[in-house]
Amino acid sequence: MNATHESAITALNNYVFPNDLHVHWSMMIALYPYITGIVAGAFIVSSLYHVFKVKSLKPISRFSLLFALAFLTCATLPLLLHLGRPERNFNIMLTPNPSSAMAGFGYIYMLYGVVLLLEVLFIYRPTLVHLREKTKGLMKMIYRALTFDSTNLSPKSLELDRKIIAFLAAIGIPMACVLHGYVGFIFGGIKANPTWATPLMPVIFLLSACVSGVAGIILIYILIRVFTNKPVDTDCVRTCTNYLAGFFILDFVFEMLEVLSHSYLRTAHYHAVDELLSGPLYNSFWIGQVGILSVVPLLLLGWLCLTWVNDRLFKIGASIVSFMLLLQVMFMRWNVVIGGQLISKSARGFTEFHPEWLHKEGILTAIILMCAPLVVLFVISRIFPFWMEEMDEG
Amino acid sequence: MDREKPELNEDRRTFIKKVLKGTMAGSLLLVIPLRADDSGTSEQIPEDIPEQIPGIRGREYDMSRYRFVFIVDVTRCIGCGSCCVADKREYNVPDGNYRTWVERYIKDIDENIYVDCPNGGLDGYQKPRKDLKRPVRDTFFVPKLCNMCKDPSCVQVCPVGATFRSPDGFVLIDSKRCIGCAYCIQACPYSVRFLNPVTHTAEKCTWCYHRIRKGLLPACVQVCPTRARKFGDLNDKESEVYKILSGPGVITVLKKDMGNSPSLYYKGVRREVI
Repeated sequence: MNATHESAITALNNYVFPNDLHVHWSMMIALYPYITGIVAGAFIVSSLYHVFKVKSLKPISRFSLLFALAFLTCATLPLLLHLGRPERNFNIMLTPNPSSAMAGFGYIYMLYGVVLLLEVLFIYRPTLVHLREKTKGLMKMIYRALTFDSTNLSPKSLELDRKIIAFLAAIGIPMACVLHGYVGFIFGGIKANPTWATPLMPVIFLLSACVSGVAGIILIYILIRVFTNKPVDTDCVRTCTNYLAGFFILDFVFEMLEVLSHSYLRTAHYHAVDELLSGPLYNSFWIGQVGILSVVPLLLLGWLCLTWVNDRLFKIGASIVSFMLLLQVMFMRWNVVIGGQLISKSARGFTEFHPEWLHKEGILTAIILMCAPLVVLFVISRIFPFWMEEMDEG
Repeated sequence: MDREKPELNEDRRTFIKKVLKGTMAGSLLLVIPLRADDSGTSEQIPEDIPEQIPGIRGREYDMSRYRFVFIVDVTRCIGCGSCCVADKREYNVPDGNYRTWVERYIKDIDENIYVDCPNGGLDGYQKPRKDLKRPVRDTFFVPKLCNMCKDPSCVQVCPVGATFRSPDGFVLIDSKRCIGCAYCIQACPYSVRFLNPVTHTAEKCTWCYHRIRKGLLPACVQVCPTRARKFGDLNDKESEVYKILSGPGVITVLKKDMGNSPSLYYKGVRREVI
């Protein structure tokens, strides 16, 4: 941690409530909104094509759904690792407390998972039927199960599929927004914490979710295409980058609005948050999240979206911007979740957070957890072909 | 060998039966939510200890009958730490976590406020603080414990209903239901909660509910040598707490703006106290 933080802790009048010394929600709880955010954002990319008919996004419309599915399968892992009694996790669905913002998670997550999976299965149905005919043994069994043993590809059944897909994609949008806006409300609903208790929290979480989802899609799409020696559809990447710029401008405006409006109101709330942002969080918020990872990407996005950049340069630029924005959202999660807990409820001091390497909720676990969705994505790619041209061959 | 074989098979059969029964019973236990455990409240009362809260023993406990409050008289606290020791021994509280603690406030002549609470006040404040540059104008001690809010944030946010408010005004935790998510710890404005490192469930001060049900005062109230901690039933017009709260003294609650309506009142507390 930085020198400002050290001096804050050793300061004469730094008083932290005895039970506040420990940061209870650590890296796992910072990762959880990060992963669900990527899920929600990736789903929105797919919906842009399936619902809003943005034709240039066609090459990644299926990939983004699978990308969302891969991250969704890992979204509960950080929560289970965090729980003191993970074996009781089903209590949250068996005996939910209706007044708790957290109690709905199990239901929302499950419903969303069902919608996402159904949408994938219906969109891929013709492809899966073809693949079922072409494969043998275990793969044939898998395809048979995934198509519910139906090989009907008559125009009438495909038309029904199309209607079901449109319906699922349409209800998927509000559900993706609820899934992530709701995660923001889990924090925004805590009045005891001055950095969390703001009605803007769900909005900021949702917009940053869109940013991380779109950025993740752009980066992984370009990386996979380049490493598998396939052409990158620059028209598609350009459209994605435009959406990324749009979402990020909104996201950044709301993040700054939260800080600036409070700094103008100058309430007791502001004084607590100001000391946090100029003290322990100065490096990770002002320099990291705002300076390097927001202002620089904004300039880069301006260059990519407003000027004419050739295809090769655009691919590199878009990858860099996407990578930086993925980091920006991770910094934002860290600053909100862990940064917010550094303020003691005594309003007289800050505690410290030292992540451990080999802890149940430590750095190593976090790294493994962030790699897990990519492994799942690889497994999924063995079953569902990502790209249109592979399906045409099929 | 031939004689042993049927016996072995019989054994195997009963063993498999037992495993099956056990699995079915076990999975049923997972599906059927646990009933709240109310045993332990009707245990025999230690007759050799005289009743400390009048009107509880010798009748059936009627939850709607009582309105318990806790009062801390800051002007009386001497910072001896007896209450913290009593609490730690009553509940075997793990080191580094506190159901109750005592803070030391110091005000210097420049109106600067310095607060500290080494080891939660367990060792008592035996020596003055030496790191202050300016002369001290005033000093006082503030004991902290669960506020037993009438509108408790912890109860609102608990996702599984493991934290609840009983009709007699106690906010309690069912440790058999708690999943250890720590949401209540985030929500409590007074930071009275912690995650027990042994049970991995949330824990906090209960105002010694098990003692109240037997007509005994909370452990910290009983050991306080200066009677800075007071406990009683507001519905009992003869109780000390009723007389204090209906009297002319300066009474307040902590963090009033949070809107939690605590049942823990402070007498003589200064505006600097948070």
